[in-house]
Amino acid sequence: MDLKTMTFLVVGATFALYVGIAIWARASTTKEFYVAGAGVHPIANGMATAADWMSAASFISMAGLIAFLGYDASVYLMGWTGGYVLLALLLAPYLRKFGKFTVSEFIGERYYSKAARMVAVLCLIVASITYVIGQMKGVGVAFGRFLEVDFHTGVAVGMAIVFIYAVMGGMKGITYTQIAQYCVLIFAYTVPAVFITLHLTGVPVPQIGLGSTMADGSGVALLDKLDMVVTDLGFVAFTAQKWSTLNMVLLTLSLMIGTAGLPHVIMRFFTVPKVADARTSAGWALVFIAILYTTAPAVGAMARLNLMNTIQTGEVGSVDGNMVYADRPDWFRNWETTGLLKFEDKNGDGRVQYYNDKNEAFAVKAAGFGWKGNEMVKVDRDIMVLANPEIANLPNWVIALVAAGGLAAALSTAAGLLLAIATAVSHDVIKGMISPDISEKKELLASRLSMAGAILVAGYLGMNPPGFAAQVVALAFGLAASSIFPALMMGIFNKNMDNIGAIAGMLTGLFSTLLYIFWFKGWFFIPGTAMAANTPDNWFMGISPEAFGAVGAMLNFAVAYLVSKVTPPPPEHIQHLVEEIRVPIGAGKAQDH
Amino acid sequence: MSEQNNRQAYWTANLKLVALCLSIWFVVSYLFGIILVDQLNTISLGGYKLGFWFAQQGSMYIFVALIFFYANRIGKIDKQFNVHED
Repeated sequence: MDLKTMTFLVVGATFALYVGIAIWARASTTKEFYVAGAGVHPIANGMATAADWMSAASFISMAGLIAFLGYDASVYLMGWTGGYVLLALLLAPYLRKFGKFTVSEFIGERYYSKAARMVAVLCLIVASITYVIGQMKGVGVAFGRFLEVDFHTGVAVGMAIVFIYAVMGGMKGITYTQIAQYCVLIFAYTVPAVFITLHLTGVPVPQIGLGSTMADGSGVALLDKLDMVVTDLGFVAFTAQKWSTLNMVLLTLSLMIGTAGLPHVIMRFFTVPKVADARTSAGWALVFIAILYTTAPAVGAMARLNLMNTIQTGEVGSVDGNMVYADRPDWFRNWETTGLLKFEDKNGDGRVQYYNDKNEAFAVKAAGFGWKGNEMVKVDRDIMVLANPEIANLPNWVIALVAAGGLAAALSTAAGLLLAIATAVSHDVIKGMISPDISEKKELLASRLSMAGAILVAGYLGMNPPGFAAQVVALAFGLAASSIFPALMMGIFNKNMDNIGAIAGMLTGLFSTLLYIFWFKGWFFIPGTAMAANTPDNWFMGISPEAFGAVGAMLNFAVAYLVSKVTPPPPEHIQHLVEEIRVPIGAGKAQDH
Repeated sequence: MSEQNNRQAYWTANLKLVALCLSIWFVVSYLFGIILVDQLNTISLGGYKLGFWFAQQGSMYIFVALIFFYANRIGKIDKQFNVHED
């Protein structure tokens, strides 16, 4: 069977499975639509959270970033896992004890203020939409490749499918569907990784294979070999650090606290039966996430090695050491159709030279070989995971499976986020503030309309994304980190934090971070409107826009603390509420209200 | 001991445990994985350099262990101070 038919078959079968589950468990009441009926077991909840959490950024984009950034991409690995420690220790059990639907409800009640709730809703919507933009980029890459169409058409197809999908399900459908999605995506991620590790090192476990020696009998460690291969072509060594230490620390911190501040993840912990389950749920979620995250470094490193070896077939600088363009493999042709891989024969020798022409010393050497610049003018990092099994010549069913997994990851997260946005608009804004006596039917309608609006905005920006999928998602984390996380944490750990302090903190965090991001990425991410080029020389103290969320969070904490010192402390009953949240005893049933 | 004092003591015990866990969290990721990475990279762990291993593997295993360690210990503290759910 040819690859295209196989892909349609596998993707079609998995979709039928998800839709089937969604119909079987269709949401019938508003409450079910939002939070998937109470009493989901911690392991099941952990698995669904993992699927919800691992998006196009984790599945499609992250290993690609690792492939090209090497060691520096560790920030994504540590950042997106370490946040669960914060979540389990600092937020989840207390929010579960509080026992309401949404994050903004907690903020509204804890800070006894509708304005605080409104600000929280604003922060959540901004962070969530940015996140969905990242997913749209990932969906576009996946559909573009498998329908063999242009990237933009891929995004449009993705928008339609995400919409149908999110509107049909609601959370109840989504919880069961997401367990199925987790199984599909983790299988799809690990199978090719095992094949490739086995092929390169003879070890079947990617986590160990990455630290083993090559199976070619040379006795060289895989990572040393990779360092050699890339430095021979003028690139920086895979295991070497390129970013400043400060930027790495802040970016990691930003992703960690952003994880603990994202609404669609926190919402998950409202659905477990007990406070104790909220703690272990976060642990189980991280177990399921870590299976993918500890495999990703092997996928990234090996994809890079295979890519380099495919193009640089012989000794660097020898006449026949480079791949002949006319004999390029099928995957190369297929990715060219999407526009995400581009070759330009600069020296007209019909062969492909892929090297770092920005490295001056090496460029001089390359000129001596008759090379006239790097001919791989575009290698979109987001294609690496999807192209990886093809580059490694794995069987067609594996390639098809990866397509299905990538789509599962993007769809599950997009659906979860759209739900969070819809909840914010219909439940917090309309029902909570504008018209409290709205009927359930109208509330559902409002939430579906807001989903449609969010998809249109995210789809448009997804076609002109402000970065690779994982980078866009990192921006969303920065926004959540700088606005929501400090307000939640102070709400629990600082009894004296008052309404004005919290609001001032959230606004400072959100707008300082937004300003910094828009300054380098363009106002509202519209291409061409950036105030300064997005390069390390222009950044404040070398801090990238992705990493600024940590600074925004510190500003948030500082402003909130100072303002709370000069404004009246919270009333007695709020201080009592905080004391109540801190102990598990007397927790109500999940979501009873 | 009054209810009020008991809850205060529980909270202090909880904060101590959280501080211990977060110190480990900080050491394995920020310290071993980023700040001291060059020093640790002089040591090898199989084909891995140690600092690189902490950044791309080790820190994540320890994160998982930390959450279950916390959940287990705080569960015992809940019972000790009699503030657990039934």
